[in-house]
Amino acid sequence: MKHLLSTTDLSRGDAILILDTAEEMAAVGEREVKKLPALRGRTVVNLFFEDSTRTRISFEAAAKRLSADVINFAAKGSSVSKGESLKDTAQTLEAMSADAVVIRHWASGAPARLASSDWIDAAVINAGDGTHEHPTQALLDAFTLRRHWAALAGTSPGGSDLRGMSVAIVGDVLHSRVARSNLWLLKTLGADVTLVAPPTLLPVGVDSWPCRVNYNLDEVLQSGPDAVMMLRLQGERMNAAFFPSTREYSRRWGFDDARLATLDAAGGRSTVIMHPGPMNRGLEISSAAADSPRSTILAQVRNGVSVRMAVLYLLLSGDSSGEPGRIPTPILQENPA
Amino acid sequence: MIVPTVQSGQMASRVVLTDADIERVLTRIAHEILEANKGTEDLVLLGIPRRGFPLAQRLAHRIAQTDSSVDPSSIVGQLDVTMFRDDLRRHPTRPPGPTQLPPSGIDNKVVVLVDDVLYSGRTIRAALDAIVDLGRPRIVRLAVLVDRGHRELPIRADHVGKNLPTSSAEKVRVRIGEVDSMDGRPVNEVVIEGPA
Repeated sequence: MKHLLSTTDLSRGDAILILDTAEEMAAVGEREVKKLPALRGRTVVNLFFEDSTRTRISFEAAAKRLSADVINFAAKGSSVSKGESLKDTAQTLEAMSADAVVIRHWASGAPARLASSDWIDAAVINAGDGTHEHPTQALLDAFTLRRHWAALAGTSPGGSDLRGMSVAIVGDVLHSRVARSNLWLLKTLGADVTLVAPPTLLPVGVDSWPCRVNYNLDEVLQSGPDAVMMLRLQGERMNAAFFPSTREYSRRWGFDDARLATLDAAGGRSTVIMHPGPMNRGLEISSAAADSPRSTILAQVRNGVSVRMAVLYLLLSGDSSGEPGRIPTPILQENPA
Repeated sequence: MIVPTVQSGQMASRVVLTDADIERVLTRIAHEILEANKGTEDLVLLGIPRRGFPLAQRLAHRIAQTDSSVDPSSIVGQLDVTMFRDDLRRHPTRPPGPTQLPPSGIDNKVVVLVDDVLYSGRTIRAALDAIVDLGRPRIVRLAVLVDRGHRELPIRADHVGKNLPTSSAEKVRVRIGEVDSMDGRPVNEVVIEGPA
């Protein structure tokens, strides 16, 4: 694996390796010295053509904790606003010998274009492209879910998957790369996924996806899912009338105080409420729900750093050059003493 | 003309430590550690995964047998050194292992690093770096089951189970029952494999 472009590329083994590595990375965050020397001398470029708070900061923190050098690049205030193409930007980064490029772009497929081109030799990590994928978000959600699932079973999360878990993904599925990445990854890890959305906010061809679709949030909540993942209503991508009013959307598909009360009254089952952020409080999720003990929203942000450390480490630490001079002596392999 | 047939890949292997030998060696090392430390005070055993950790547990168990006030699980931990290696870029990616310190930590303790084979010394260099990031022990010592020579760094062990003069073409395989099994049964042995 040289790039991380999509969760469809990840096998069950790959996904569990990343999550297990992230568990070890999480332990580093609790130490006195929260830094590892593993990527010393490597350069990670954050190439952001679209606004982002937590993803960019999270990648920056992850790279710095692994001792890599970080260059932040935002399209605003760069030569992109003068009309520089992706190719020229990429070649500039190549000339500065970047080892990894973390890219967020408004166009679906931009990271794949970068990875398949010969413009740049670096590892490409997709940090969200258009309405296509956001794989590290899905990995941190899976990490959070796996910890919750293991805590319920009273086991340690290491090596396990999400078999038997039921997850509802609720809201603006049409514009959501988070929903797509999560669906493929959760499926690979054995979870059962239900999409809940107004029919207008589901993409064409959703019936061929490996999940169930329900238009009624209350019905799904009654079935007692183990996790409810609320999606942000992506106003900036909406160019048509998808629902009559935000108030109606909020009443039918928002996680409001009444739904939280119903869930609490049903008791017993420890359903968690997730949100990838940034939240529209009072629209798809109420403040009471976002700040309730069921909410994993801040844990998701915290876990994001560990998961991104794991991805950077696994993509950048090994020898991928294949130069004959770099082949280790066989004895060293047997006894790494 | 007669050409001697060379079967490439054929390895001769000989057992240098049996299960019982390993038991005896560990008992001796446990007593050496107690002697050097003049007791169990401030003692912490840190095993380097994978095989150093079960060895450290066995040593802790023996130390607890001599001093009933010691709980073996409270003095043993494991220290993963993957992220601190100097050869990360020369090998395929290695997933990191777990690091677990005993509840009392390692500050001002006497830390004994435990590993199965001492060879180039690079693992121990990485371990010393890893320790610095976790705390500041009073003393760090090193105990190994086998020292096979060929050091590449100025590092030596304080407690050695067996010195094995080897050629660098040979392989030393340590099998520890907690980690290794053969035909479904746990194995404890140290084997030298070399070109026949």
